[in-house]
Amino acid sequence: MQTRKDKYKQVAYYPGCALEGTAQPYNTSTKAIAKELQLELKEIDNWNCCGAMEVKNIDPEIQTYLSSRVLSLAKNETKQDVVMAPCNGCYHNLKKAEYDLEHKQKSRDVVEKISKKAEHPVYEAGEVETIHALDWIKFGIGEDELRQKIKGGLKGLKIANYYGCMYTRPRHIFPEKDQGGDSESTSKPHYMDDLLEVAGAVNVEFAMKTACCGGAHTLSDSDMSTKLVLNILQAAEAAGAEVIATECPTCHSGLEMHQIRALKKLSKQTNVKVIYFTQLLGLAMGLGPREVGLHENVSESVNLMFDKGIV
Amino acid sequence: MAIHEKNLIRPENIKTHDELVIDGVDVSGHWSTFIESRVVEDYNEALQEEIAALPGGENIHRCWQCGSCTNACTVNAINPDFNPRYWIYLIRMGMESELLRDKDIIWQCVSCNKCTYACPRDVMPEGIMKATAHWLELKSHTPASNSTIFDNEFTRQVVENGKIEDGRVLKNFLQKSGQPLVQDWLIQMVMQMIRHLPVKFLFHLGWATLFKPKTRKWDKARAAIEEHIAEEKAEQRMALGLGKQEGL
Repeated sequence: MQTRKDKYKQVAYYPGCALEGTAQPYNTSTKAIAKELQLELKEIDNWNCCGAMEVKNIDPEIQTYLSSRVLSLAKNETKQDVVMAPCNGCYHNLKKAEYDLEHKQKSRDVVEKISKKAEHPVYEAGEVETIHALDWIKFGIGEDELRQKIKGGLKGLKIANYYGCMYTRPRHIFPEKDQGGDSESTSKPHYMDDLLEVAGAVNVEFAMKTACCGGAHTLSDSDMSTKLVLNILQAAEAAGAEVIATECPTCHSGLEMHQIRALKKLSKQTNVKVIYFTQLLGLAMGLGPREVGLHENVSESVNLMFDKGIV
Repeated sequence: MAIHEKNLIRPENIKTHDELVIDGVDVSGHWSTFIESRVVEDYNEALQEEIAALPGGENIHRCWQCGSCTNACTVNAINPDFNPRYWIYLIRMGMESELLRDKDIIWQCVSCNKCTYACPRDVMPEGIMKATAHWLELKSHTPASNSTIFDNEFTRQVVENGKIEDGRVLKNFLQKSGQPLVQDWLIQMVMQMIRHLPVKFLFHLGWATLFKPKTRKWDKARAAIEEHIAEEKAEQRMALGLGKQEGL
């Protein structure tokens, strides 16, 4: 049987809207470490938005259709069995579409109706496996091989690993999680912790791994989001973290934006840095800050990396 | 962990009398505080079905009132008046006027799905919050919330082009929700972004403004999506006993 390691060597890559906009550094660093690790990313040509939270709120079946079109492209155009989405929103929605298409007749009917009108193959549940960038490194490379790729490492950098909401909730759309063994935990996720520990970080005990940053209302109810983010930033600092590692563009930009907003509106200063886990892995593998887009983050962390001797 | 419970007795209904004698018994003062009796006359017996007819509300009948949703709720920790368990109770009882007392905060659900994670009955409280917020707007109890304005702008771009461009979403949302484009935190963010790469940033800004990101050969998908959304909306309005709506 084909192992996950073989399967994930070459995957369809779905960056999504955020990675081409505010989360460009996540895109840059994901591609950079793929090259270092000799993992092949086949970007899906002519993809569309997964539907995000917003389209789901307007019409859930349309969100399912939008995600199904991406899955259909991955299968029929990119010719891959696995699609990798680094954005938690995209990952969540592709998983949700998969679940809905397996369990809901209405979702199947709507997807079939619109796909036929749009003249592309109808996606059927089970044709493609959706994975997150964390699964991709964790099983496409594995901790042992990753350890050999580390040059210099993170030199004991203290990190709070922040996973957010959409990576683990709601549980029913992630049937492979909470299965014991090396499966991911939805109550206490650890894949990012595992990888960054191999890269030489010290993971602090962080109680707010899956807390909510208020990302859904980051602009429409900013004061609420600022309070939620401030809780996360302060908890990370109280736990001794120098950096919060992120794996979701909405969380990442939410933490950056509301760190500034908390200072402006509530006079609460926090100094913890916000960095994508792919950027941290890249630095640990000896890539320069520019190669992983570190200077493109709003949260300024280049100086800290110099002070720590990481770059 | 304690279950956060909404106090059903409102301050204005708690009465103490400085001098009051009933049937020869002196009941003056703080020690014999009265609770004003309350009569609910305007039950909306269709309320549960109306919420269940909107996306997300389907499983409301499954609720056992255990309170796990409110206990797990992100927003409840910030604002104790935000109480999904209580609202589900009111909807199931048909107590519309009681529900309307909280009409201006129900939209604030951040969709973190902690409630759905905690719920032992698959009620999907997050969906019910969305359905209830939509119900309030469809019934004209509230104007479109900021959340709805944002969702509409985002969805409009996706339906039109297949993709969004986040700068444009931000700009149009601030305009449509009547907020100033110039905000102190936004300026600070942009300053921090352009400090290291002014040329690239300005290039990106100009590029995205000139060339909207667009999925190719999208027209047929767009037409089919628009048609489906219009059908769904008409069905929802019918379920709520509302007439046809002009435009989108």
